[in-house]
Amino acid sequence: MDHAIRAEGLVRRFGATTALAGVDLAVPTGTVFGLLGPNGAGKTTAVRVLATLLRADEGHATVGGFDVVRDAHRVRQLIGLTGQYASVDETLTGAENLLLIGRLLGLSRADAKQRGRQLLDDFGLSDAADRAVKTFSGGMRRRLDLAASLVGRPQVLFLDEPTTGLDPRSRNDLWDVVRTLVADGVTVLLTTQYLEEADQLAGEIAVVDHGRVIAQGTPEELKAKTGGQTLTVRPADVADLGTVVAIAAEVAGVTPEVAQTAVTVAVNDARVLPVMVSRLDAAEIPVAELALRGASLDEVFLSLTGHRAEDAPADTDLERTPA
Amino acid sequence: MTSATLSPALAPARRLGVAAGLRHTFTLAWRSLVQIKHNPMELLDLSIQPVMFVLLFTYVFGPAIAGSSGEYLTFMLPGIMVQNALFATMTTGFGLNNDLTKGVFDRLRALPIARWAPLAGRILADTVKQAWSIALLLGVGSILGFRVGNGVLGVVGAFALLLAFTLAASWISVLVGVLVSEPDKVQIFGFMVIFPLTFTSNIFVPTDRMPGWLQNWVEVNPVTVVADALRGLLVGGPVAGPVLQTLLWGAGIAVIFAPLAVRGLRRRV
Repeated sequence: MDHAIRAEGLVRRFGATTALAGVDLAVPTGTVFGLLGPNGAGKTTAVRVLATLLRADEGHATVGGFDVVRDAHRVRQLIGLTGQYASVDETLTGAENLLLIGRLLGLSRADAKQRGRQLLDDFGLSDAADRAVKTFSGGMRRRLDLAASLVGRPQVLFLDEPTTGLDPRSRNDLWDVVRTLVADGVTVLLTTQYLEEADQLAGEIAVVDHGRVIAQGTPEELKAKTGGQTLTVRPADVADLGTVVAIAAEVAGVTPEVAQTAVTVAVNDARVLPVMVSRLDAAEIPVAELALRGASLDEVFLSLTGHRAEDAPADTDLERTPA
Repeated sequence: MTSATLSPALAPARRLGVAAGLRHTFTLAWRSLVQIKHNPMELLDLSIQPVMFVLLFTYVFGPAIAGSSGEYLTFMLPGIMVQNALFATMTTGFGLNNDLTKGVFDRLRALPIARWAPLAGRILADTVKQAWSIALLLGVGSILGFRVGNGVLGVVGAFALLLAFTLAASWISVLVGVLVSEPDKVQIFGFMVIFPLTFTSNIFVPTDRMPGWLQNWVEVNPVTVVADALRGLLVGGPVAGPVLQTLLWGAGIAVIFAPLAVRGLRRRV
């Protein structure tokens, strides 16, 4: 398969801290690849290495087939970068920022202005084109950041936590933009702390923790592995706890956990909920609480590190997950 | 990955020429200068402070130090140009640190532009600002009665010498900008170092009016040397000696601080 991004054994230390402890990545051209992990997991360091901003201590990587160290200049001609640390100039207007980047990319003044206008239009920023960026809202600011990384029509786009701190509507808008880009053949490497975001956008996800990829797979595989959703049942009468555990085990097909007076069980199929309700009804068990919610990153991590504790490599675990 | 996925028109070039690097530098200098349009305070900073200093020193201290405002202006204006230029070099470190902490620098480094262009663009823009300040001080000085003694050549020479010296001194500012955690700390450094450094020179008070122990320092203080060179070029008096010494000081500062600053920048990013 054709890979727009490849990394092998990337190691990067900052003093005593190891930010990357041997990361391998292979991102097929024209796909969205999600790096999912908490703060400090090494996601940003990985992106900075791939975007030629930082040299790895060990290992090597290519983007668009070019080595990120030896052929850094060529890599830079292929990539766009958007992240909290790769920012636009707050004192300039939106139009000036895009003009600046267009000019630096070798466009004529007229072409750079034209390209900037078009992008501002695409991102709904035309009205704010001549305002200083420091007056922009958070969502506008992110859109401009993204527009700035698209001036050069990159083939590979790095999005480092593009929606952190955005309201749901701005976040959805940004997701739509990413989908459009991918439809045009752009390869996207996305880092995020949100399982939902990776689920929405990425074809494949690598879960990163302490500088290592601890699990990798499609969103479905990961959710199956970690219990995509959690069903919680709290019987009104503690005496019913045993019956509820038995029903939950039968309906969900996995062993439930009991915490105080509540029964929680990982479920991979939303249809479990109505089945559960009818079974509880049939058994005439009054329920104080019944909830189905998506797995959070915490739960993914709990689940993944739990598997690691069994001394099994996380990657092979995926194949053993009951479907 | 094969080249088949790249359209031929986009096949990336392996290297950058110097001409392209200069073009990037000019574009980035434009960026630093166009900021003034949106932040007029910066221009006021650049203009009001030096003019205020000239007015205050000429009329408040002049009569006490030199007997008359006019005489004192002739003595002090070349020196205040040096002081102002040194304060203005802090703009470079301030702006650089701002770019580093806000992430603009990384955005630029991820673009296929010359590695040295972001720094060179900033220094070029700041040199333009320096030239503006020098011209402003000379203009205000002329209005107040400062008379150039060596004609156009002297003025051109003073401009060139002061710009060359500030270019060298701006490497100290770059180093500070690279080392400190936030832009305001560059300003604090500027005040802590440049204030005492410039006041313990002969730019405001003649050396022989100071206590003996201080005179030894004042004479070797590079600010004194540069001020003497500017006096020679603008007003009259010895030129060759102080100009040569100024150039040596500039070269020495650049040789020490440019590599430190560049190394610091590489480590920081």
